[in-house]
Amino acid sequence: MATVPLLEARELAVGFAARRIVEGITFALAPGESLAVLGGNGAGKSTLLRTLLGLLVPLGGSVVTAGVGIAALRLSERARRLAYVPQHDGVSFGFRVLDVVLMARCAQLPWLGPPRAADRDIARDALARLRIAELAERSVTELSGGERQLVLIARALAQAAPVLILDEPTSSLDFGNRARVLHEIDRLRAEGKSIVVSTHEPDLALAHADRALLLRDGRPLALDRVERALTAANIERLYGLPVTRIAIDARRSVFVPVQSL
Amino acid sequence: MNAGVTYRRIAATALVLAGLAFLALGAGRYPLPFRDVVAALWHHGDEAAAGGAAQAIVWGLRLPRVLIAMLTGAALAAAGAAYQHLFRNPLVAPDTLGVSSGAALGAIIAILLGAGSVGVALAAFAGGIVAVAAVLAIASRLSAHDPLVTLILTGIVIASLLGAGLSLLKYVADPYNELPTITFWLMGSLASASGRQLALLAPLVAVGLATLFTLAWRIDLLALPDDQSRSLGLPATRLRLVVIGAATLVTAASVAVGGIIGWVGLVVPHMARLVVGPSFPRLLPQAAVLGAGFVLIVDTAARSVAPIEIPPGILTAIVGTPVFIALLARARNVF
Repeated sequence: MATVPLLEARELAVGFAARRIVEGITFALAPGESLAVLGGNGAGKSTLLRTLLGLLVPLGGSVVTAGVGIAALRLSERARRLAYVPQHDGVSFGFRVLDVVLMARCAQLPWLGPPRAADRDIARDALARLRIAELAERSVTELSGGERQLVLIARALAQAAPVLILDEPTSSLDFGNRARVLHEIDRLRAEGKSIVVSTHEPDLALAHADRALLLRDGRPLALDRVERALTAANIERLYGLPVTRIAIDARRSVFVPVQSL
Repeated sequence: MNAGVTYRRIAATALVLAGLAFLALGAGRYPLPFRDVVAALWHHGDEAAAGGAAQAIVWGLRLPRVLIAMLTGAALAAAGAAYQHLFRNPLVAPDTLGVSSGAALGAIIAILLGAGSVGVALAAFAGGIVAVAAVLAIASRLSAHDPLVTLILTGIVIASLLGAGLSLLKYVADPYNELPTITFWLMGSLASASGRQLALLAPLVAVGLATLFTLAWRIDLLALPDDQSRSLGLPATRLRLVVIGAATLVTAASVAVGGIIGWVGLVVPHMARLVVGPSFPRLLPQAAVLGAGFVLIVDTAARSVAPIEIPPGILTAIVGTPVFIALLARARNVF
């Protein structure tokens, strides 16, 4: 028996009223499957993610989560199904890390009710899972970029939604934090979360995603399993420069530009 | 900072506030010793028991004035804290959306029409509410990349338009009778405090503050970018309107009875943030208590230190400016 996909895009067209950015996107993610979205700057990655989350209204087609069209869901019901890890937290005040993670419980609370002890436990668990429990009482504005990214992932975890949507989660991280964040994303996928992640790094998509969606000129250039979508030829067409693929071992390879430009 | 420590700090400042309120009942041009204040409070309405003068002063003059000062301060500071949260901007104050300018214009029109003090207060209240409603209506019809910046800019533009109207009315006002009244109203004063004003102010402030307290935890989420608060399940646009409504209600009510008392709504939330941190469920009570204390101290000084009353709007600026500069120097990681 086929499982109901946790997240589906059906002939989705995204953009703004004045400008259609990408169209013709169709995919379905089962539990434990992940999709990497690649494309040059301005190709529509973030716009697509925001449409999948229901933050933007599709210009065509629809987004379906566990069999239900997202347009029909209230904000709190969407938040129980889809969690969002933005590129930056955008927090303007020095909130405590625990308070930021606790915000994830908003959709689970009774009308106007404050968070309860159980919600606090869930928030602390999420921090512990990402091995940053010791940051709980710190102010987010004192943290490094990598720590702040981990806090955002912990917040998405505390939201307890089956689908995670991450916008360039590693773009501002140092080498060590990048590896840590990728490791956590792998663990979440192994636990059955469906994951959509946008990235500028084809190597990362190859190593950490099941499928890849390549966006160029307003259309999907490729949408397939990573080993079929992320060929040197496709990467060349995606970024407009000659690349070669170098295998490191049986599972990992990297793309490098053929020559210095 | 853990929650226990912060709540103890809030309780401690609330106790100090209660003590200050008690002292303020004895202070003034006619100082009353501690035990006369107690006797007057205790034997209310019992003419034979204590000195009639003490009772008249405490119940008729100082108690309404002390309570109005505290309510006004609590209201302005709470509204300022809410605005700074929802605009994600430490520089906004309760009058950012034009409530003070609208209230001033309403009050001045009432003064020129010869209204009494209650009439002026009602006109000021209505003017404040109408100004903010106009700003919201205009801003919601402008589609913009950043709705919050649009809202602030609309507030500033409308406030300056109302300011022009105000200048025009001052220009045409009778310079011997009306103009001084207008000028004193604009400087803010609690000198006309009465039981009737208190009865107008208290329920409005209670409703507004109760709304902010009920929503306090969710107001923290409003400090996140809208994409995030909405993806966490918060109807941000609707909540923001409710918070603006509550903050405008308490600010318009305060300005209506006390005139424009500047600084409280801008500076006191920052003081409170330094004591208990930015989390709104703790910030709101702390800002309210500190605001109540700030206006109480300023108003008590205004009516006690000099033979004529100093407008509190002047004193808040004199006290507020050095305090604010000192805070900016210390508060590196607050913003």
